[in-house]
Amino acid sequence: MNKATMLMLSAMLPMFAQVDFSGEWAPLYHENGPERLPGPELGDYTELPLNDAGRLRADSWDADRISVVEQYQCRPHGSDYALRGLGNMRVWREIDPATQRLVGFRTHMLAWDSERIIYMDARPHPPEYANHTWQGFSTAVWEGNMLTVTTTHLKENYLRRNGVPRSDQATSTEHWIRHGDYLTVVTVIEDPVFLTEPLVRSDNWYLDPGQHIGIFGCEHAPELPKPEGVVPHHLPGTNPFLREISEWYGLPYEATRGGAETLYPEYRLKLNGYKAPPKCDRYCTCTTLFDCQLR
Amino acid sequence: MKLLLFAVSLCGSLWAQEVHVFPVQGNVSMIVAPGGNITVQAGKEGMVVVDTQTAATAPQVMAAIRKLSETPIVWVINTSLDADHISGNEALLRLGGSSEASLRARVIAHENILNRLLAPGVAQARVADAASINDTYFRSPKDFLFNGEAVMVYHMPSAHTDGDSIVLFRKSDVLSVGDIFTPDRYPVIDLANGGSVQGLIDALNRILEMAVAGKYQEGGTFVIPGHGRLCDEADVVEFRDMVTIIRDRVQDMIKKGMTLDQVKAGKPSRDYDAQYSGSPDVFVESVYRSLATRKP
Repeated sequence: MNKATMLMLSAMLPMFAQVDFSGEWAPLYHENGPERLPGPELGDYTELPLNDAGRLRADSWDADRISVVEQYQCRPHGSDYALRGLGNMRVWREIDPATQRLVGFRTHMLAWDSERIIYMDARPHPPEYANHTWQGFSTAVWEGNMLTVTTTHLKENYLRRNGVPRSDQATSTEHWIRHGDYLTVVTVIEDPVFLTEPLVRSDNWYLDPGQHIGIFGCEHAPELPKPEGVVPHHLPGTNPFLREISEWYGLPYEATRGGAETLYPEYRLKLNGYKAPPKCDRYCTCTTLFDCQLR
Repeated sequence: MKLLLFAVSLCGSLWAQEVHVFPVQGNVSMIVAPGGNITVQAGKEGMVVVDTQTAATAPQVMAAIRKLSETPIVWVINTSLDADHISGNEALLRLGGSSEASLRARVIAHENILNRLLAPGVAQARVADAASINDTYFRSPKDFLFNGEAVMVYHMPSAHTDGDSIVLFRKSDVLSVGDIFTPDRYPVIDLANGGSVQGLIDALNRILEMAVAGKYQEGGTFVIPGHGRLCDEADVVEFRDMVTIIRDRVQDMIKKGMTLDQVKAGKPSRDYDAQYSGSPDVFVESVYRSLATRKP
């Protein structure tokens, strides 16, 4: 083997050792379908290691806010939520034309046309006094064939789009894993303000080369007459909707309130006397946009 | 990954100790100093500086400003009467080469600042601060054209104090808003100097009126706070919501006849306390006293 061939092969080596996520990806909704498709029920904090502050903030949230406050109308998902929100995703590689080295992966989500770059060129994160964005600032490294993404500089947003907050001090770590035509992204969110332990969740995608992602588009406008500066919210202890999920799904109210303890199997032992309802009658089938039925 | 997060957090604790220059947009940059933020608009005609911190920090601040331009400081604008916004006026102008009469910079503040700093009983050091202000205004906005850009100074009555100003750099599309907006700490409502919670909320809503977000509520008009990171409209919304919600909770508790001690014990800010630094009790007390003394 001559030197030129060896040089060429060594230059190509990193490309073979790594995984390419480029392509058109469609989300699978077999996990958490009702939360992701019609949207979460009010007061549903299950599976979230919330602290008291996060719980009160969520209890205070009034869904009118996303209509009455114009600045909320076109607010997109954060990058830590976008992967489980509605919509398809495109991924492509950003190559430095001068060096032909990989700068990073770019993603485009249907929802709010959100675009993001995950840098892979070892650049540092911005200083703490830099502005935050919905997508945050992401860098990534390979861990074997898994891409591990670290995101900082996120704007305040939500862990669940029923008012459960995620602060601007949170960081997220994603693990991107490709299995042939399937992609799994495991997201770990650490939020010192609202979580007592990391929130771990996963989302799955399948390769769908023929998909077309349209333009999302959003224009904010007054939807209701309102006095200047109104911020809809519930005063502590006055939110009338918090028990709905418990009643509709036959769950103990305490279990719907979230918290680290409720995440683990041992919690079942505390639910003495709990009996699951005899049949499901709300969102019993919900795995795609087309079969997600309330009744 | 943990190492990276540790490094990011370490950088976070270190940045507060040093002075940094952070370009914002157009002609405007943010000087991040230990005591807060300074806004600089630089061009061929010289510089506009919004807030000056203290005499002690002036050499470091001036060194940072010189990274932006060698031109003299021609305008200074003070957004409030707090010492960490005004007490560097003289020292900074001296270091900036504009202390001689012929080069004397114009130092702008709302007239309420001068009135309060010259009131009987005010400390001598603050009288010296007052002496550094040579161009008060009482009709809002005060505006001028500099470096080809309209600079508009708006009075925000009875917010953090009764002499607060915010500054719009119209072409660069940047607002410098002083201590009316502090994204990582509770606001100080200085009741003794004419501040009020309703005035603060009104000022935040005014900022939201003036700011225009970019696509999907991001970017567009940038907002430089008195303290804390660079922000945009969406960040001001979060802060406005926090002040408004806590105001509403305290108002409800007052309506129920609760005393100040009872209101504090009820912890109406408890879901915000881990997010905003500063004393929750001090903030809640200022909200309570502001509402309790408000005329119907």
